[in-house]
Amino acid sequence: MNEWDNEIVAEVFPSIWQGFIVVLQVTLVAGIIAVLLGLLAAIGERIGPPWLKRVLSGFFQFVRNTPLLVQVLFVWTATSLYINPEWSAFAVGSAVLGVHYASYTSESYRAGIEAIPVGQWEAATALSLPTHRVWGAIVLPQMMRRSTAAVTNWIIAMFKEVPTLFIIGVLEMIAQAQKYQGQHYDGAVEGYTIAGILFLAASYPVAVAARRLENRLAKSNF
Amino acid sequence: MQNPTSNGEHQHGAPEYSVRFDRVNKSFGDLQVLDRLNLEVQPGERVTLIGPSGSGKTTILRLLMTLEHVTPPKDPAAEGGVIWVEGEPLSHMQKGSKLVVANERHLRRVRKKIGMVFQSFNLFPNMRVLRNVTEAQVHTLGRSKDEAEAKARELLDLVGLSDKVDNYPSQLSGGQQQRVAIARALAMDPDILLLDEVTSALDPELVADVLGVLRDVADTTSITMLIVTHEMGFARDVSNRVMMFDRGQIVEQGAPDEIFSDPREARTQDFLRAVLAE
Repeated sequence: MNEWDNEIVAEVFPSIWQGFIVVLQVTLVAGIIAVLLGLLAAIGERIGPPWLKRVLSGFFQFVRNTPLLVQVLFVWTATSLYINPEWSAFAVGSAVLGVHYASYTSESYRAGIEAIPVGQWEAATALSLPTHRVWGAIVLPQMMRRSTAAVTNWIIAMFKEVPTLFIIGVLEMIAQAQKYQGQHYDGAVEGYTIAGILFLAASYPVAVAARRLENRLAKSNF
Repeated sequence: MQNPTSNGEHQHGAPEYSVRFDRVNKSFGDLQVLDRLNLEVQPGERVTLIGPSGSGKTTILRLLMTLEHVTPPKDPAAEGGVIWVEGEPLSHMQKGSKLVVANERHLRRVRKKIGMVFQSFNLFPNMRVLRNVTEAQVHTLGRSKDEAEAKARELLDLVGLSDKVDNYPSQLSGGQQQRVAIARALAMDPDILLLDEVTSALDPELVADVLGVLRDVADTTSITMLIVTHEMGFARDVSNRVMMFDRGQIVEQGAPDEIFSDPREARTQDFLRAVLAE
């Protein structure tokens, strides 16, 4: 059995770090997609025509009920074969991850919207506020207060799922650790350990901050 | 008195009625809440609607505020079923020579004449008091921010809350929140003010302040008021007319003294006995 080797740690760390940067980049791009698409979908489900509600609901049901790995492989293969083989694994992977998690964030937003008392909508109607103000000044601020913690948790969960994209060749941390092991027939334990520590080091403070934000919002005046 | 035309206007065009329900039906599923209701309120009149729960009083206010919609008649010209406000249809709109169910644009335009104060205040919790009162002035009426703020401060002063402009609603008592809600409704310069059980959610010691503010409003303005309340003393002081409702119909109506001191109908007598015994 191979023993822990600090020299290997020093050697493998730069490439794992490079993979960590990729993980952060994927999280940023997919996170933006998950946050915005989820929000648009929740608004669309609330105010859109019935056909849009059916389409969104059906699509997100499908996304939530099939494995992320299958979605990644399916979209990667389909885009490579039928759309554009030049599209990068980073772009396709980030988009799939973002859409996958939009299906969850939209539920958190929807719950936040539904929790707004009906009296708020009625007061907005009684004051004849234009739709963009109803959403921008009343609904979204109140919804955000209720949904922020849940959405942050989804983004942390998504961050931890980035290694799934290793299957299509995105050089994130796990892929880097495997690459090193493949080249040197050694360093797997060190590589995976560093990757695990970096995941923990990045996600734990965010989780703590999210919990603090949740507490602060609960105690705030509105 | 001149005869009104079918839309509630004098023949020379000035609206005789502030509010007119012309054979209005309203059902929730199988439950008929209003049954061919006729009701007229004159400009500047203060009308209190009384009656047991489920008699349709609040539904009348909610229909006027367009929070509910009338059960549409097949032929409004022949069957009625239309709500009129100051001579123009609210629930319907004119399309050629016909009345058709109003679209959102029409509702938005006509309901600007109407303000409402709710039982549970419904202030926007994410906005400070001042912004609660300026938001719709700016974004619905198109007033400048300065103009809206000046109006808001004047009204908050009127309701005795000029020192609370920077507070959030959650930092106010129920009575204070309701007074902000009254200021918010008045800031829109409504011709018609709807008051829906505005003291029902308040602790007893806070009721007097809110009613005091409303008495001032009644004394100093000519706003038409439709009031749903169980505060019979307030109804007697403020109203010109009291309407007793039961099962979506007006059972009896008249001057407050007449209704409270000498009700003719047994149903009114029973109701007042029950309410006054509380």
